[in-house]
Amino acid sequence: MFGYYIDLALRSLKRTPVLTGLMVLAIGLGIGASMTMLTVLHVMTQDPLPGRSAHLYYPHINPLPLTYKQPESGETPDDNFTWPDAMALLHAHRAVRQAAMAGGHLMVSPQRTDLQPFYVSGHYTTADFFAMFGVPFEQDSGWTAADDQAGARVAVLSEALARKLFGSENPIGQTVQFADPKNVLHGFRVVGVTRDWAPKPQFYADKTSSIFNEPDQFFLPLSVAAGLDLQVDGNQFGWGDASDPNSPQAKLPWKQQPTNSWLQFWVQLDTPAQARAYRQFLVDYSADQKELGRFQRPPTDAKLYTLMDWLARENLVPDDVRLQMWLALGFLFVCMLNIVALLLAKFLRRSGEISVRRAMGARKRDIFVQLGIESALIGVAGGLLGLAIAQLGLWTVRQRPDAYAHLAAMNPSMLAATVALAIVASVLAGLLPAWRACRIPPALQLKTQ
Amino acid sequence: MEIRPILSTLRRHKLTATLLTLQIAFTCAIVCNVAFMIANRVRAVSLPSGIAEDQVSAISSIGIQKGVNPVAQHAEDLAALREIAGVTSVVAVSRSLPLNQNDSSMGTCPNETSLDLAYKNQSLQGTNCVQPSVYDGTPGLIKTLGLQLVEGRDFTPDEFVQGQKDPPAVIITGALAKALYPGGNALGKTLYTDPGHPVRIVGIIDKLLRPYLRKPEQNYYSMIFPQITDQQWVTYVLRSAPQDRERVLKAAKAALLRVNSSRIIDPKYILTYSQIRTQYFRRDTTMIGLLIVSALGLLFVTALGIAGLANFWVGQRTRSIGIRRAIGATRADILRYFQTENFLIVTGGVVLGVLLAIGLNLLLMKYYELPRLPLWYLSVGAVVLWLLGQLSVLAPALRASNVPPVVATRSV
Repeated sequence: MFGYYIDLALRSLKRTPVLTGLMVLAIGLGIGASMTMLTVLHVMTQDPLPGRSAHLYYPHINPLPLTYKQPESGETPDDNFTWPDAMALLHAHRAVRQAAMAGGHLMVSPQRTDLQPFYVSGHYTTADFFAMFGVPFEQDSGWTAADDQAGARVAVLSEALARKLFGSENPIGQTVQFADPKNVLHGFRVVGVTRDWAPKPQFYADKTSSIFNEPDQFFLPLSVAAGLDLQVDGNQFGWGDASDPNSPQAKLPWKQQPTNSWLQFWVQLDTPAQARAYRQFLVDYSADQKELGRFQRPPTDAKLYTLMDWLARENLVPDDVRLQMWLALGFLFVCMLNIVALLLAKFLRRSGEISVRRAMGARKRDIFVQLGIESALIGVAGGLLGLAIAQLGLWTVRQRPDAYAHLAAMNPSMLAATVALAIVASVLAGLLPAWRACRIPPALQLKTQ
Repeated sequence: MEIRPILSTLRRHKLTATLLTLQIAFTCAIVCNVAFMIANRVRAVSLPSGIAEDQVSAISSIGIQKGVNPVAQHAEDLAALREIAGVTSVVAVSRSLPLNQNDSSMGTCPNETSLDLAYKNQSLQGTNCVQPSVYDGTPGLIKTLGLQLVEGRDFTPDEFVQGQKDPPAVIITGALAKALYPGGNALGKTLYTDPGHPVRIVGIIDKLLRPYLRKPEQNYYSMIFPQITDQQWVTYVLRSAPQDRERVLKAAKAALLRVNSSRIIDPKYILTYSQIRTQYFRRDTTMIGLLIVSALGLLFVTALGIAGLANFWVGQRTRSIGIRRAIGATRADILRYFQTENFLIVTGGVVLGVLLAIGLNLLLMKYYELPRLPLWYLSVGAVVLWLLGQLSVLAPALRASNVPPVVATRSV
């Protein structure tokens, strides 16, 4: 029966080629536009570390004074950590693993004479970073907590940077020179080389740094970076009283002052019980700090975000992209309305044929299925056209200058989803006309003919 | 034209007619709002910066040599850049230029009381302070950028300070002058960015756009401090004839490397001002293109729908058209019949569409901070849809009017 219906549908579609073409074009355009934008949204909201992300959490404590008013620009100083808080959490060791970090953009001065100095991006962090995020190593490994404590001048480089600096030589044990803001060079001993590792988005970076961009090229111990006052990327906020140069905090270097936030902090917690305990630890810590007079807000404000919740909160999807997605869906909706109207007219025009089939014993259900298959066929054709249009759309997205643009491509599941969406849309569009058509009474139509 | 028979025909195709009306309504709603968004973006993209855009170019350099005094190095660089043929003037700025996204802004108050209040509240709200962008530069910035000095004077040589030191004088934009001193007469008065350091307003310039745009009413809140940068990162601003810019930039890079080769000159920061502007608005221009394409796409699909359906109806009614022709209807009558029918459906769609457009605009205002849709967009949208409807129904209607009366006598 199925084959027969397909045959019938093909005949019917062939009879009105222009109209069929119009419907296929309409659904193709709608699907193409929608899938382009859904794919962009999909790549921007995907899990950056599949399999590991469920165990990663971002603690959130709020050291801001009660009088502090959020700036209009929407920046949130409390999303980052101050040095004393990050160090306290780090040294408390209450999580399975924990690491504090900040991004940086440094000048590297190669020892090879044929290479000019250049700038690279990387992160300053603490020992657990590599094991916690599962950074794959090409050679050796990261540094130890003892190195952090001792302020050892060690570095982990990406394979790309190591190859650029040292060519075919073994980079382990070599010295790489980074410049501080005063252009003074500092040597770091290479202890490990990572394989290409670039979670997208770079969830652990401050949201104002370009987290869809270049992967990290180096990792340095945070204690050393703070000691040398190396340059830091991203939001850096201070809410201390700058007008009082005699306050005890003003004597500390900027990075270590308790009223300046600039660090990110991630923890690994393997079980829900551990997560509950850690959240309690954050509340207790905030309560202690409040008692000491450092915090002013209620300790119960302390939160623990899962990785995906944190990304949702940071709202990495630009408004423009969301707007484009709604526009595309609105477009698809209008295209569907269009197809419903056209299918309805088409089916009702065949009232004669339908009533003959009904008179010869076809049940309402048979008519419904037959017409449904015809709609689905339009959907398949429209889906294929939509796929082509979406590929074209994604190609144009990739030409955009935005950081996320180069990621815009379909994976197999998105390809399948495109065709599926097209068929679902066209079958949905066919429902009303088919239902209306199968209610055509057999006798009446025969009589008027 | 008698409308009643058309209405009764439409009543027989209630569902189809309703669907078409809905499609037109949604198209109207979306297209009106999209057109409004396009207009907003076009307005943003064409904001004047206040500088001589077609004559300015910029090149950035980062000194990497230890023990070199940046200020002395910059002076040496400037002397070399001045020698380039075609360069009429050149200055060194720390980083900021209009629309180059390197914004540094400061809470600025007309008096110390307001400043104290702002410090105490940790907020500018409730004070008469604002947060303008700060520009700096070596002597000659006004001339090099081609700024329009409307009141007061340029800085005198003794007013310049090095680095971030508090300057004695400032030149501000008219917009900032009005914000700080709403009563006028800002010239000669003072402003405060730091407690205990009054800065005298010595000049007022017409316009100077900020490096990074925020709220529309604050786009021109800018001020210039007579500060000479003492940082390794420096941007040289060159003024030349428009056609010389590319050549001047190339010559500037060579000249800088000749003066001192231990520096990094990133090709990303060798730009004519037109390129800086294009980069800033590239996302908006893409969005404008996208919005135009989707509005046209929507209108296209709707036109297809109208034409497709009209075609169907003509085919379906061939016999009745023949009968009408046989009993005396002229071709024009038939043509007008279909045109009127289309007009009625589109009118229904437009009425509903206007309501939907207002609703959609309210949603966009809530979630995307879009301004209120001016009502004339709706009337233009309605006219466009009426024209579109008439245009798409024309071919099927002409076909209908060509149905010969003899069809009436044929059996199907």
